Amino acid sequence: MPIVVQRPRLTIAEKCYFPAIMKGLRITLGHAIRILLRKKKVTMQYPEAKWDDHLPEHYRGAPALVTDEHDRERCVSCQLCEFICPPRAITIIPEEIPAGDEWQKVEKRPKIFDIDMIRCIYCGMCEEVCPEQAIFLRKDYAITGVSREEMVHDKKKLYEIGGRREGLVNKWNELK
Amino acid sequence: MVASKDSGENLVSVQVDDHWISVPRGTRMIEACKQAAAEVPHYCYHPKLTSPGNCRMCLVEMGMPPRPSPGEEPELDADGHAKINWMPRPVIACANTVVDGMGIRTQSLLAKECRQGVMEFLLINHPLDCPICDQAGECTLQEYSVEHGNGQSRFLESKVKKPKNVEIGPRIRLDDERCVLCSRCVRFSKEVVDDDVFGFVDRGSHSVLTVHPDRKLENNYSLNTVDICPVGALTSNDFRFKMRVWFMRETKSLCTGCARGCNTVVGSREGKIYRQSPRENNDVNSAWMCDTGRMEYHQLENPARLTEPMIKRGKKHRTVDWPEAICRAARDLTKFKGEQLAIIASGRMTNEELYLTRTLAESLQPGVVDIVKREGEGDDYLSHCDKNPNVNGARKVLKIRSPGSKLKSIRKRIVEDKIKALLVIGEDLIDCGFTEGELSSLQCLVSSHIIANPTAKMSHVVLPGAGYAEKRGSMINATGRLQRLNKAIDPPGQSREDWEILHELNRAVDGCDGVTELADVFTQMASTLSIFKGLSLSRIGDLGVDVMDTGETVPLLEREARRVSEGLIVG
Repeated sequence: MPIVVQRPRLTIAEKCYFPAIMKGLRITLGHAIRILLRKKKVTMQYPEAKWDDHLPEHYRGAPALVTDEHDRERCVSCQLCEFICPPRAITIIPEEIPAGDEWQKVEKRPKIFDIDMIRCIYCGMCEEVCPEQAIFLRKDYAITGVSREEMVHDKKKLYEIGGRREGLVNKWNELK
Repeated sequence: MVASKDSGENLVSVQVDDHWISVPRGTRMIEACKQAAAEVPHYCYHPKLTSPGNCRMCLVEMGMPPRPSPGEEPELDADGHAKINWMPRPVIACANTVVDGMGIRTQSLLAKECRQGVMEFLLINHPLDCPICDQAGECTLQEYSVEHGNGQSRFLESKVKKPKNVEIGPRIRLDDERCVLCSRCVRFSKEVVDDDVFGFVDRGSHSVLTVHPDRKLENNYSLNTVDICPVGALTSNDFRFKMRVWFMRETKSLCTGCARGCNTVVGSREGKIYRQSPRENNDVNSAWMCDTGRMEYHQLENPARLTEPMIKRGKKHRTVDWPEAICRAARDLTKFKGEQLAIIASGRMTNEELYLTRTLAESLQPGVVDIVKREGEGDDYLSHCDKNPNVNGARKVLKIRSPGSKLKSIRKRIVEDKIKALLVIGEDLIDCGFTEGELSSLQCLVSSHIIANPTAKMSHVVLPGAGYAEKRGSMINATGRLQRLNKAIDPPGQSREDWEILHELNRAVDGCDGVTELADVFTQMASTLSIFKGLSLSRIGDLGVDVMDTGETVPLLEREARRVSEGLIVG
């Protein structure tokens, strides 16, 4: 069933736009006057000054991999993020954790984990889909580079951005 | 009973979820439900194996018409069927057969609760390591858990620890925590390949699957146990942690390791093959294939793959583009006539390629045309001793009576300098007994292959071809069944599908051959050769058609038919 949306009935004042234009001009002029009187600053000197401290907790910046309190890489290379990623920015090649490794019982880890930041759209699906709580969107947003290769974050870079996270679900504990 | 009188001697009426259907007498309840489109979940049941009924997942509610006392008329419902008295306890659908007038309920409260209970018990000790498990995505435990499971665990105690990551054979890894003890692998090894290595030891929650302490699972059919394992307990070392199953594109194709032509599914992603597994075809390979054939795809990843056409200048090969290579090959070959020229084709070529070789031979008029014989060890199951997948095709299309019989005389005549030019397609002659001296005495050697080999090294023109999973075409197997290869991935670099190479050669030699696509070759073949009459490449279908009677039988299929007739398996 299609939903019929009724057009709002506009008054004459609204139809001629004039009051709305005046209202806008008043706001702009107000700002202009306050700046001229040096009462308010509305321009931020980016990138010298940044808004970073004001970013909300849920801000979605660059995705990154994290390690747990034992410095174990949390990612087990299940490739669900690669599957869900809408712009196909993630490439993972898994490998088996060799015998003798401290975390051999986890069996699997990424050999290659690349996120192409030219493709990434910061949607956060990778974080949402991750069954191991291994990938998080951080607050880094100014990702730049001078070549395409530089814009690909490899595993090392991703752990560098992500760092260590504690207090997450400890799935591969001593009982497991 | 009323219905059976109308429906003939061997059919019985069964009510499945309130609908009456007719099925042959002796049908398993689970198969009857399948026919009524009421899929019953199951782990241990497999139509090719006996039914021990140990997983209890297929529990359904069953009812029977009451037995009337003498002189009493059975009470009939609106359809004219005897009224069903439902039993208070469930029965397993996999090991019980239907009888006339039986009723089955797959969606009743009792059946649903049974499934939910079984699922809960199975998941009590299951490790839930789906993110690292190779079976994830094609795991029946995952699927049934979503469909019939609880969604939450009530189990608070610690899970039982069992052996993990155990090497039970050269190609297989066992994870006992994931095992649901369905015993499919035990039965497969015992019943189908007569290699009884598996068994359950210990009891209760601690029961584990294991191999005999002095033995390994190393028979040539071991990887089939990985396919039939409904969970990730048995995983293949070859496929382990390579690719998640949901990324792979599946192409129905054939194995070309021997003349059996087992039907396969090739799993590939972005131009790389990750695995090959058998596809059910009850006239060729049942549901199995050998490990050797399964690993055949690795030859396509050979680092020595030829990727560009080459022409020999002096002692070195120089890469050229296709038109130049084809022109040079055609020019050189046409210089020689009749007895001076020989063509050595291959039993690994498809019918279409053989047919184009035949048209090429018609214009070049070579003295001899032969293929290389490839004898190996066969077994009593599926593997055939003839390792050429399409010898019957070569016999029919290229009119080769006895493969490999003329190679000796070709060698002799090269030494006598009677044969001066050789066209070799898909074979390494050094491997077939030719010497480097013989090949270097040729004035013109044109060869096509997929991997760099000594013959390519000696050749004046090298044409890179496509491997079996990189091309489309048809082949005739040992029992005379015409089957179709399908293209899973593209050939690497500049290399081309062999039919295209031969088609270009044909055009360069003879002008036009009336072919624009592969299907045209088959159409031409169907109008020339009587065995392909009325067929086309698409009409072959996924399961193939019988075109010849070779008098051969498949030992494994014969034993399977015997077990079906004894009522041991469904087949």
